[in-house]
Amino acid sequence: MKPLPEFSISCPLPISDGERILLAHGGGGKMMQQLIATVFRPALDGGNLEVQHDGAVLPLESSRLAFTTDSYVVHPLFFPGGNIGTLAIYGTVNDLAMCGAVPLYLSAGFILEEGTEMDVLRRVVESMRQAADACSVQLVTGDTKVVDKGKGDGIFITTAGIGVVKHSLKIHPKSIRAGDKILLNGDLGRHGIAIMAQREGLAFEGAIESDAAPLSEPVQKLLNAGIRIHCLRDLTRGGLASALNEIVSVSGLDIHVREKTIPVCEPVKGACEILGLDPLYVANEGRFITIVPAEDADRALSVLRTHPLGREASLIGEVKPASTGWVTMTNAIGTNRILDLLSGEQLPRIC
Amino acid sequence: MKFIEEYRHAEGALRYANAIHKIATRPWTVMEICGGQTHAIVKFGLDELLPKTITLVHGPGCPVCVTPLELIDKALAIASFPGVIFCSFGDMLRVPGSQADLFSVKARGGDVRIVYSPLDALGIAEANPGKQVVFFAVGFETTAPANAMAVFQAKKKKIHNFSILVSHVLVPPAIEAILSSPQNRVQAFLAAGHVCTIMGYEEYDPIAERYAVPIVVTGFEPLDILQGILMCVRQLEKGEHRVENQYARSVRRQGNPMARSLIQEVFRVVARKWRGIGEIPKSGLALTAEYAEFDAETRFGVQEIHAEESPECISGLVLQGLKKPYECAAFGVRCTPDRPLGATMVSSEGACAAYYRYRKGARGVASSAQGEVPHS
Repeated sequence: MKPLPEFSISCPLPISDGERILLAHGGGGKMMQQLIATVFRPALDGGNLEVQHDGAVLPLESSRLAFTTDSYVVHPLFFPGGNIGTLAIYGTVNDLAMCGAVPLYLSAGFILEEGTEMDVLRRVVESMRQAADACSVQLVTGDTKVVDKGKGDGIFITTAGIGVVKHSLKIHPKSIRAGDKILLNGDLGRHGIAIMAQREGLAFEGAIESDAAPLSEPVQKLLNAGIRIHCLRDLTRGGLASALNEIVSVSGLDIHVREKTIPVCEPVKGACEILGLDPLYVANEGRFITIVPAEDADRALSVLRTHPLGREASLIGEVKPASTGWVTMTNAIGTNRILDLLSGEQLPRIC
Repeated sequence: MKFIEEYRHAEGALRYANAIHKIATRPWTVMEICGGQTHAIVKFGLDELLPKTITLVHGPGCPVCVTPLELIDKALAIASFPGVIFCSFGDMLRVPGSQADLFSVKARGGDVRIVYSPLDALGIAEANPGKQVVFFAVGFETTAPANAMAVFQAKKKKIHNFSILVSHVLVPPAIEAILSSPQNRVQAFLAAGHVCTIMGYEEYDPIAERYAVPIVVTGFEPLDILQGILMCVRQLEKGEHRVENQYARSVRRQGNPMARSLIQEVFRVVARKWRGIGEIPKSGLALTAEYAEFDAETRFGVQEIHAEESPECISGLVLQGLKKPYECAAFGVRCTPDRPLGATMVSSEGACAAYYRYRKGARGVASSAQGEVPHS
């Protein structure tokens, strides 16, 4: 086996029984024990990984917990700026962060396709460990299944996460009020375009990397600064426009944003123009909006800007009284339009 | 961004809008031909900036919208054949045929793939000699050169497992069909900039002359479109009718001679059916005899498939500029982007979909939203 630089420290033992995932690796016998012992445990065990029992017993200090789960089926498994493993950690950590929780523990379930290269699994698992370290969460329990070749797509991962809620706010779309301000932590569209470019073999001038990143730190900074957060939302599938629409439909209030204040980097803008996509609907993995009372907005913005993931933070709009039930936007040229929910995924246009 | 933001700023837009306000003394109706222009007008709310006396009507230049139902049915039939890899531009996949769309063929196990160029489809054919690879060659003159190139290359490289399902249509015959209709109310045209990038604009001179209409070759950014409208209104107010070129940064009078000669080599002009409008003579392209072996319709024997349009859908009237999308009883009720009755609701360039997405009905955004409303 070629030792990978990021792997050589934590996994000195080369796996002895071949270089591909076999059905027997999910069979509950020796092969599975070996897979756990040589791949999962060395990479993921931060001291609390429970591999010899059916579940993990955890100490918690808070009476308010946040709990979430998400599945990851991204194709390709590796893309500029991350891979399915980093997404599986950051995605679940970010879901907890959007509750204002401090993420503590994660579980990971793997569905592996027979024939997947062991090396690929190792690299994914190793980046999961690095990602977990980066956001100070521990992987405490897991599961592995192997499906027949052709019945999966290499690796699927489901993670669930538990976090503690230390604030007493009700962070929810229903908590927003007319007059609240909407803050965005950075530029849009990097993840979706990076994936699409990789998937379709499109080459753009200036490589576009996914923005995948853990958002719990900037959120905790806001909470620690005493910002009275009304709502948080990460801008994953469907992008900013879909997130705003979900908030409008739950809260019953209107939202208005200004295009000029929404940052989109040049390479993403260019790629979107070529493909006929709207960056407001493209997926992100490290971007979120914070909705706060108008009085807190300026302070929230300066707090956000002190964190690397909020350096480009900007105030993009506000909550309006219930009227039309729409998200509207003032275009760059000064006119208005509706940002509607898309009926499906965005499709590249003919011309 | 270079060549984008220069054409999207508020000051420039207001300057053109003010100039139009200043010179417009009478009501005028202007049609933008291309779906890309329709999309930009509705997305950027350009009509909000114009005097009330200027009516924009949306033309038939959305290739997805005018592709006849029976051609979609033919595509579905071919994509369902075992051993076929059916390749298409993305936005054709959601267009409903009589029974289904390409997405549902894919869900039932058909090998349907989104590609970004017909040459990608040719590459797939080369890599899969045991499969039949079909490309859905849809579009106006803009996409014709790339489709012609794919067939030209297939013949040269002897890639016999490649074919195209042709649904090419041409702009000038559609303009003539609109102008010669007794109900026509269009007084000037914004011609489609990208079509003219390929074809040039010589062929529009006789139309401007015969029907006494100004035709302005126009780009797709907000400032392009406003300037194109200004050029139309200026001619209308003076009683002139010439072909002018607003989109000079891309369009030459002769077009792109290499692209044109490739189109001539591979395609011949034929009568074509337009969805919602019917057959227009000399309005489309088909493969010449020399390239007929690459015609998917004959290769898969689907020539005899015929289909009837939904009787309730008025997309034909919308495409001819005779009705606005919200004048249809089904608009937003029985016909939405989720359950479209006709293709103008499917494509993002379709007038109905653009109105649904950005306007949600006859009510304009500016009058109902709480945000800033520009004053022009």
